Amino acid sequence: MTVLDTEPASAPSGDALVVLDHVDKHYGDLHVLQDINMEIKRGEVVVVIGPSGSGKSTLCRTINRLETIDSGTITLDGKELPAEGKGLAKLRAEVGMVFQSFNLFAHKTILQNVTLGPMKVRKLKKSEAEAEAKKLLDRVGVGAQAAKYPAQLSGGQQQRVAIARALAMKPQVMLFDEPTSALDPEMVKEVLDVMVSLAKEGMTMIVVTHEMGFARVAADRVVFMADGQIVESNTPAEFFDNPQSERAKDFLGKILKH
Amino acid sequence: MDLFSEYGSAILTSFGLTLRLAVYSGIFALILGTVLAVFRVSPVPVLRFVGAAVVYTFRNTPLTLVMFFALFGLAYQLGFNPAPDDLYENNFRLAVLALGIYTSTFVCEVLRAGINTVPLGQAEAARAIGLTFTQNLRHVVLPQALRSVINPLASVLIAMTKNTTVAVTIGVVTATGVNEASGQMKTMMENESDQILLIFIIFAIGFMILTLPIGFVANWASKRFAVIR
Repeated sequence: MTVLDTEPASAPSGDALVVLDHVDKHYGDLHVLQDINMEIKRGEVVVVIGPSGSGKSTLCRTINRLETIDSGTITLDGKELPAEGKGLAKLRAEVGMVFQSFNLFAHKTILQNVTLGPMKVRKLKKSEAEAEAKKLLDRVGVGAQAAKYPAQLSGGQQQRVAIARALAMKPQVMLFDEPTSALDPEMVKEVLDVMVSLAKEGMTMIVVTHEMGFARVAADRVVFMADGQIVESNTPAEFFDNPQSERAKDFLGKILKH
Repeated sequence: MDLFSEYGSAILTSFGLTLRLAVYSGIFALILGTVLAVFRVSPVPVLRFVGAAVVYTFRNTPLTLVMFFALFGLAYQLGFNPAPDDLYENNFRLAVLALGIYTSTFVCEVLRAGINTVPLGQAEAARAIGLTFTQNLRHVVLPQALRSVINPLASVLIAMTKNTTVAVTIGVVTATGVNEASGQMKTMMENESDQILLIFIIFAIGFMILTLPIGFVANWASKRFAVIR
């Protein structure tokens, strides 16, 4: 409930950018994704919530194939995800990913973290990549830390660098896998603020989170998952004020009571 | 101190040969060991198999045997002579080949242990920004793996420097007929049998002069380049 003081995001207008069609995945006996069908429009911000173990992180990770799927298809901008190799690497460059545990490259400075992808994947010159990176770091408010190493930054700062690193690839869609779950409470807002401003600028976003405030303010749609299935999908206002399923009512009852 | 006036320059020459053996074998072993480590973690089954086969073969064979094979098997039987016009250089290169391949298997396994210390999230983040498998290894995983195994790698290189003595078995000598260090030591012991203790001490100190700096540099480097998480 940290960012309720801002206006709701504008409605998305684009075509379908990410499409999941009959996606299934098992971990051994556990059917972790069960017949997932989902469409994310260009410019849409989708927040995925649900109890732990519901498969929401796995869902997020399948979209850039950090997790493989057993059956079904996932397409990005009309093209199906390649299974491996250079094609897959190329596609991943189009999908930004922000992890729960930041995963900044520990042996590289903040600036190098942001320039690595543009230089090696986009083949930008070092000077161009650095100029771009500095702009992005300023934008997320950590420009002054460019020469430091990740371990010298706070969690909130590291996560904002991670967002800048993903944005440096100019991705078509950004995935956030519980981006604030590993943060101290006082650092959650600085990260969510960056995400809200991204949403307002029209970035397509899929956000797995427990931050209901963010969902209300920035999401166009809330997807509620439980036991590997999408149980409900609705506007934030509808979902929070008038949940349809027992599972959603139960879940919201547990987290919103305090 | 007649020993020094008579053998001084030969001792220096012999340690020079030992040093050359160690430097060339070390460079070869580090390069080949890295390639083997990349093979062993690659997603291609054939490469993984080749990497494992080389490591299991040479790591579990005595160095003397590998050294003999290089000379009698490769050179004499199969006609592989890296420098056919120069007998001394030919044997030297065969020794570097044998010691290099043998040591590379240890380098490979140390590097592989280092790769396992790099958190999975680092490689995932690298994949997520679109790096290919080799770019990921080259820019993210291996630099971090290497930094975490500098000291164990130094131990491998120290052991390798001492293993250069095995080259005596295939007669690695300079063009002037001076053996590498252990061969020179044997010659001197035969000629000066009343001063065996002193000869031992001279050569022990000689080897320590070669190997101690490796440990010191490694200690310094592992602190200087430590990855802080």
